[in-house]
Amino acid sequence: MSSFFMPAATLWQRELVRFWRQKSRLLGVIASPLVIWLLIGYGSNTLGRFYSGALVLTVMFSAIFSTISIIEDRREGFLLSMLVSPAPRSSLVLGKILGAATLAWIQGLIFLAFAPLAGLHIDAAELLAVAGVIFLISFTLTGLGFVIAWKMDSTAGFHAIMNLLLLPMWMVSGSLFPLSEAQGWVKTLMRINPLTYAISLLNHTLRMPVVAPGALESLVVTIAFGLGLLAACSILAAQKNTRSAA
Amino acid sequence: MIEVRNLTHRYGGRVALSHVEFQVQRGEIFGLLGPNGGGKSTLFRILSTMMIPTEGHAVVAGHDVEREPAAVRRHVGVVFQTQSLDKALTVQENLRSQGHLHGLSGAVLRERMEGAMERLGLADRRKDLVETLSGGLRRRVEIAKALLHRPQVLLMDEASTGLDPAARRELSNHVQSLREQEGVTILLTTHILEEADRCDRLVLLHQGKIVAQGTPAELRARIGGDVVVLATGDTASLAGRIERQFGVRPSVMDGQVRVEIPNGHRFITEVVEAFPGAIESVGLHKPTLEDVFVRETGASIE
Repeated sequence: MSSFFMPAATLWQRELVRFWRQKSRLLGVIASPLVIWLLIGYGSNTLGRFYSGALVLTVMFSAIFSTISIIEDRREGFLLSMLVSPAPRSSLVLGKILGAATLAWIQGLIFLAFAPLAGLHIDAAELLAVAGVIFLISFTLTGLGFVIAWKMDSTAGFHAIMNLLLLPMWMVSGSLFPLSEAQGWVKTLMRINPLTYAISLLNHTLRMPVVAPGALESLVVTIAFGLGLLAACSILAAQKNTRSAA
Repeated sequence: MIEVRNLTHRYGGRVALSHVEFQVQRGEIFGLLGPNGGGKSTLFRILSTMMIPTEGHAVVAGHDVEREPAAVRRHVGVVFQTQSLDKALTVQENLRSQGHLHGLSGAVLRERMEGAMERLGLADRRKDLVETLSGGLRRRVEIAKALLHRPQVLLMDEASTGLDPAARRELSNHVQSLREQEGVTILLTTHILEEADRCDRLVLLHQGKIVAQGTPAELRARIGGDVVVLATGDTASLAGRIERQFGVRPSVMDGQVRVEIPNGHRFITEVVEAFPGAIESVGLHKPTLEDVFVRETGASIE
């Protein structure tokens, strides 16, 4: 057992230590969603409505920054030393994702401190539930970042994917307008967008008015998406290849 | 300890390794010498389980790299050409994290870390962030890291890249003492002659093929006598005239005519007198591994 958990634990810890030593990252991750939220929210007097979306954007930025480090690890060579160790690949993947997810989670929790601005008052029991949901979303988005980053050898490529895939995915997730108000094919897109369920889950937990999807459906889809991504990451990382792994 | 059989590797249509075969005995320091692009890195990636070969087999520490990569990884320490340290962590943190990757912890890990830092002279730098260390020190941390799990085989890819000659020599001494004191089998790739000369045995790799193998002394003995290098304005004509008059086969490279010949000092006086004015400068040396490489491939290592 220790040969599975020790590698995962050490990679998890590494993410936290590295983050602690570059605290300026925190500002970059939280500031831009905060500015977007305040501008849109104050401007249209709908701070409450955009709150969940802004929180998820914070988590997404953090998850992206953390998983970009896979590309840096590859370029700087650290990935190599992980891959030539006998640690199971699934353990390495779990450690990396849990570490990055923990950072995203912490930043999501910091964003939660702005909830009163959105007119939300969270009690202790709710806080626990919300914290759990934010962790689940962090885990899922980190897994998504991992899948994208694994095959990439430049951070520029990752930024391109972020602009073309991740941001649009966020826009049609219920963060800007709810599923019930969406029109035509965008509505279909929202239905199949896993992020829609993550936002809805967060809204349910924060007791925001949500028409659809339902709380249980949102929870199930989000967990399934997270686990599916974890499996995908492990399979990717365990591939044998006639090209160099790193 | 290492057995490579009929190893061939293609990247798409390009052949990077072609029917490579060799064996490394326990406790040997074995070198892969060749120019960049000669196939060393490809071979290294296969031996370190970073990719599987398109054909052939490699067995390291008793396990097949393709079928049992995890077993190979348990017994092999790898020092990559590129740095593999986390620069944002300290020496100690890098070692600890490596230990954890190998399932080491607690008192055992602490003792191994102390031992490795002691051996490589890193004990007083343990709390330094890796980004503050010099290139030579970083290399030593890399080796300390690769030795934590007491591997039977140490693989080193161009480990002295970017080091000054003093640091390179020091690294080489560490490698020698590792073999002597711990009996670790070492395979290293290099394009530096001095480093290759300190190996027990070598293979010379060129365009994915082994062009020669043996001890450095055996390889040098392939050249009977001395190497004379003549600089001239017209290499082709001089080479032709030498061949006709002296019955030896000179090779021409980089504006120079090279002749392998016993009693080179005598040849020099004769050749200078035979072609007055045609020769701009003359050099004489005992055969080096570079000369062997030139002889076997017609190309230079550097």
